[in-house]
Amino acid sequence: MPLLENGQLKDDNWQSVADGAALPSGDILVPLSRLAEGLGRNNEGRLGVVLQSGDSVDALRQALPRLDCVQLIFPIFRDGRPFTQARALREHLQFKGEIRVGGHVLPDQYEFLLRCGVSAVLLREDSDLAVWQKAHDAFTVAYQPSVLEEQPEGFALRRRLF
Amino acid sequence: MSHAPQSALPVGHYAYDDVDRTFLKQRVAQFRDQVERRISGALTEDEFKPLRLMNGLYLQLHAYMLRVAIPYGVLSSSQMRALAQIAQRYDRDYGHFTTRQNIQFNWIKLEETPDILGLLADADMHAIQTSGNCIRNVTADQFAGAAADEVLDPRVYAEILRQWSTLHPEFTFLPRKFKIAISGSSQDRVAARFHDIGLMAREGENGRPVFEVYVGGGLGRTPVVGVKLRDDLPEEDLIAYLEAILRVYNEYGRRDNMYKARIKILVQALGVDGFRDRVNAEFSAMDKARYKLPETIVEAIRSRFGVPDFEEAGNGPEKLVQQRKADRAFDFWVQTNTHKHKQAGYASVTISCKPAGGIPGDVTSAQMNLLADLADQLSFGELRITHLQNVVLGHVRQDKLYDLWQVLEQNGLGTANVGFITDIIACPGLDYCALANARSIPIAQKLSERFASPDLQREIGPLRLNISGCINACGHHHAGHIGILGVDKRGQEAFQITLGGAADQAEVSIGQIIGSAMSEDETVDAIARIIDTYLTVRTAGESFIETCRRVGTTSFKDAAYATA
Ligand code: HEM
Ligand code: SF4
Repeated sequence: MPLLENGQLKDDNWQSVADGAALPSGDILVPLSRLAEGLGRNNEGRLGVVLQSGDSVDALRQALPRLDCVQLIFPIFRDGRPFTQARALREHLQFKGEIRVGGHVLPDQYEFLLRCGVSAVLLREDSDLAVWQKAHDAFTVAYQPSVLEEQPEGFALRRRLF
Repeated sequence: MSHAPQSALPVGHYAYDDVDRTFLKQRVAQFRDQVERRISGALTEDEFKPLRLMNGLYLQLHAYMLRVAIPYGVLSSSQMRALAQIAQRYDRDYGHFTTRQNIQFNWIKLEETPDILGLLADADMHAIQTSGNCIRNVTADQFAGAAADEVLDPRVYAEILRQWSTLHPEFTFLPRKFKIAISGSSQDRVAARFHDIGLMAREGENGRPVFEVYVGGGLGRTPVVGVKLRDDLPEEDLIAYLEAILRVYNEYGRRDNMYKARIKILVQALGVDGFRDRVNAEFSAMDKARYKLPETIVEAIRSRFGVPDFEEAGNGPEKLVQQRKADRAFDFWVQTNTHKHKQAGYASVTISCKPAGGIPGDVTSAQMNLLADLADQLSFGELRITHLQNVVLGHVRQDKLYDLWQVLEQNGLGTANVGFITDIIACPGLDYCALANARSIPIAQKLSERFASPDLQREIGPLRLNISGCINACGHHHAGHIGILGVDKRGQEAFQITLGGAADQAEVSIGQIIGSAMSEDETVDAIARIIDTYLTVRTAGESFIETCRRVGTTSFKDAAYATA
């Protein structure tokens, strides 16, 4: 699947590990239930965790310093919990690694995702990058603080978006 | 002589600047693009739906319905004229004022919507977040900035919340819609405890306001009276605390069943203490500096509100006394349709949008234009929509009331019934609404005709009659002293009556159903018998709701189901 990061399409080098499968070497993403197993590997690559929208990010509190990536899943675009998960990872747990989202996401949600601290989006194969770019460029101002270090601009709660 | 605003700032609401206007233009462009993607098939209807809803566009029985935001219910004369233009050009020449202080247009074409939004943007208006599972238009007291009993102006805070919630990155895909109301007086004129969050402001010790915070109220199929979460929230924590509440709701609110997705269900499930614990945990963990609302920001927003330039009262009040003595009908209207103003020589006027036999809240484009002209001539160019579906001119000189009343009378807007039985709240019902069981409008019209006599209404006194076409309760039937609920009785439209609901200042309660459903005409007759019973059993000076609370519902129920 193509990965959209900073306006560019990138190859996704992370391998998602299915439930029963053995853990391969290399950079891997494991479900929350296999976090301990993942942490038990010896320098075989980087580790990331896949959180479902009902999972609590607090479950990662201990392990987070050893994780390089958290992948959040939108079962459907209407399920807005990953926005809160991403923001909490950045704001409460000070996570500095990659936060990516997968599942059913709309380009119209892209700016919201970025402002909640998401760094990359897994796109459907048939996605039109121009639509995503346009969604990112749609607005130049926001009216509330976010976890990005946006500069307050001019008046009241406004922030300039880039 | 004209009372048109002296300064460039519109009186009573926030003045947009270039940044706000650019933002609205970008929003219109975004929606135009979304409509094109829908028409081309790039977006499925399922994907397009929440996007159009976030621009106030519903698909109804016969056409699209567009709900336009009127933040805290206040608009300027030029904005009212823009609404009139939309009614005329894109609808069937009328609009419908809603209980959430917005206006709805019922006959809209999808392809024309971007142009309508463009027209609105030119008038500094929009339909953002008037629908969808997001933070909706924040409502406020219709006498804000004018009422003699006001502690502070709630509109400034409603505007701050409007801006903060606009395209909020985290709270745009909540489990369900989210409604906030704010009152600037200890007299609750916003039904604060029937909202997801209700804020009641009062002055704090340092001269800055503090807020009582209620959470988890709502109507709909599970009516709940909101519970108090905080007693004394300081102004600077307003945004941080609301962030905390919404974070908890977004994370834990139910998403498996849309009927159980409102915050009220979560508050019930966790208990108010359990809910408060989570909110407080979130509140204490968050980066306070980031979410702080400093006094400077509040004052910066306040400085964008125009204030009326009042004149000396002169002999206005005496003149009014004379005119009231001379004309009994005018005197009645002044009694029912005006509200005490903090400024000597002025009054706030409620213009009833409920003439005898009319459709509650419906206003034609000609009436909108007239209201705009009257606002320019008499009330600093400012108009307000009330949650009871009427229009308020906030600041009218007392010696202009007689002229105003005569013009209103000539144009079908002079009905002296505010707060009376014919000041009915009704939702659109089966005439428009895809969710309806029954039509709300015809029964409202019949009741309004039945009780049209001004003397009879005055005899009955204060009475709130609310009608919803289905259990979603858009017409607030649960909060009516008398409520009417449309139900489906074996494929026929039928109505249940509730008694004893109230969203009044003194007491908040939920009406109880008194018995099985009846046809439209039977319901009208049953209500007439309920009123007769009240007139017989009341004690001197006792209002309907007071009698209801004192004697209970049994005698009313017997009357309702008595067949002659
Ligand atoms: C015609 C299109 C409309 C549709 C499809 C619609 C739909 C709904 C639904 C489904 C609910 C229940 C939500 C819940 O309980 O979670 C609801 C509640 C409500 N609606 Fe509407 N509505 C419409 C028009 C209106 C109008 C015209 C008004 C104002 C007059 C209005 C004001 C409200 C209010 C005040 C509530 C209940 C308060 C609460 O949120 O708990 N709606 N509406
Ligand atoms: S109460 Fe029911 S019928 Fe009336 S507008 Fe709401 S959803 Fe429609």
